[in-house]
Amino acid sequence: MKKILTIFTIIATMLSFAGLSSAKDGMVEIKGSDTLINMVQRLAETYMAKNSGKFLSVTGGGSGTGIAALINRKCDIADSSRQIKPKEVEDANTKGVDPKRIVVAIDGLSIIVGAQNPVNKLTVDQIGKIYRGEVKNWNEVGGSDAPITLYGRQSNSGTYDFMKEVVMKGEYSSAMKSMNGNAQIVEAIKQDASGIGYVGVGYAKEAAGIKVLKVASTPALGYFDPFNSADVKSGRYPISRPLNQYTDGVPKGVAKDFLEFELSPEGQEVVEKEGFFAIPEEYQKYNDGTLGKSMELRDSHESSTDRNAGTS
Amino acid sequence: MGHSKFKEKMVHGLFFLNGLLVVLVLVGIFILLVAKALPAFREIRLIEFLFSANWNPTATFVAPTYGILSMFVSTMAVSIGALIIAIPLGIGAAAYLSDVASSRVREIAKPVIEILAGIPSVVIGFLGIVLVGPVIAKIFHLPNGLNALNGSILLAVMALPTIISLTEDALKSVPKSFEEASLALGATYWQTLVRVKIPAAASGIIAACMLGMGRAVGETMTVLMATGCSIAMPKNFLQSVETMTSTIAIELGEVPYNTTHYYALFGIGLVLFIITFAVNMIADVVLHKHQKVLK
Repeated sequence: MKKILTIFTIIATMLSFAGLSSAKDGMVEIKGSDTLINMVQRLAETYMAKNSGKFLSVTGGGSGTGIAALINRKCDIADSSRQIKPKEVEDANTKGVDPKRIVVAIDGLSIIVGAQNPVNKLTVDQIGKIYRGEVKNWNEVGGSDAPITLYGRQSNSGTYDFMKEVVMKGEYSSAMKSMNGNAQIVEAIKQDASGIGYVGVGYAKEAAGIKVLKVASTPALGYFDPFNSADVKSGRYPISRPLNQYTDGVPKGVAKDFLEFELSPEGQEVVEKEGFFAIPEEYQKYNDGTLGKSMELRDSHESSTDRNAGTS
Repeated sequence: MGHSKFKEKMVHGLFFLNGLLVVLVLVGIFILLVAKALPAFREIRLIEFLFSANWNPTATFVAPTYGILSMFVSTMAVSIGALIIAIPLGIGAAAYLSDVASSRVREIAKPVIEILAGIPSVVIGFLGIVLVGPVIAKIFHLPNGLNALNGSILLAVMALPTIISLTEDALKSVPKSFEEASLALGATYWQTLVRVKIPAAASGIIAACMLGMGRAVGETMTVLMATGCSIAMPKNFLQSVETMTSTIAIELGEVPYNTTHYYALFGIGLVLFIITFAVNMIADVVLHKHQKVLK
């Protein structure tokens, strides 16, 4: 009898450990966008400092890489600076993964040039022409006579997709140099006086040796810079975008706890400290829906958030 | 007696298996590449794949294109550029080491050259960004120095150890009698080196250069960091280029599995495999010829 009990206890313990070792309760793996990585890393550090015994690992690789990892169940949370594509949702569903979106911060995608460049502002249309390779010299957009060097991201980057789908509405010029991350673009622009690049605002804010351009959707609507929180959130700064995290199904356990921390006033303070912007109310409600706080609100806000997300 | 014979047979078999394993791995890699690359050609015409210069598999506003010509040209330009720099330097250094240098200099120089071969490619790439790039930009008045020339210079540095040590071996293997005969006929040391020893070692030197090229063609990290990675067809050495290896390194990590794009990347891998295989084969054949001639 005692023997049977012992065996039973051992099996029960093993089962409960098996449950614990599933990613939901042990180490939470976060993977994806290079734009989000510094911010999420800082959020994770702050969270772990407050909650001893809970572990998060944050790695980069690009939005596409993060979402692919989520679909293949290689991570618990995927960071993405773009929205998930219908094709990816389809792939996920066939593998039994149900991606749920949380918006953690707002980014004003920043167009950067060398500090000495006389150009201070561009329209969305001009940015599109430059990156499509239709405008090749700075003097065509009010600058000095110098050929434009294009710096962009590699094709697994969410920022690469966002620029292409939303800002340029066309294909990149084949002359563009592909850089491996936001920081690399900033470094390249520092050295290249006639270069142009695009990075998340968190990377542009405190960088020395570069200039962040003001951007207008049309000249009549006025030029705005990506540093003003109100302009970015309202969409007056025309190339703002939500920064997202995706989970498989409604998040649970440590992942859920961490996501709630990110969205708390304390977490959002970290977001602002990293140079990005806290999420406005409409996204807060959207997130409440995803986190299961009030399911009925979720659908009614899906349409309103798509407007700002701009990936139509 | 029977016991030691059995042991000998065992060791013999073991070494045979080791040799076989290497061949099997090579054949396995080749089969894998072919199997993964072939499905790409259900959607891409081979002619387009090999001879079109447009590579944009993630295009959404136009139809995706899968032409590898510009990367092929980039790979060849960067590698041949590297050889143009590395061959004179390599042969010069090897001739110096084998014929001129005192044994003390040789004792120091040889290990240093071998250490050069051991520097991680990411470190060389970093030097390309912070050192070679800015120098090129300054000399040619360019906005940036991330271009094919930068890649060639770095690859030359990486190919040098191979070229120097193999060329030195080739020069050393020239029979002493050749040199003695030349000197006895009144030729100077310089004439002996240039007109007798180097021609006698020519096939060995050619093999050394081919192996150096094999290394340059397959190098990834350095060119990824230093050449600027723009997919346009290069017109000169001062333009940014993206080699075949860079493209695979950049895109394979994120590509959705079992799509045409995925298979096309294996297609690039297959082309690379064939190039390096051919280069190494030629080097091997030439080297054997060299050994036979000297016997």
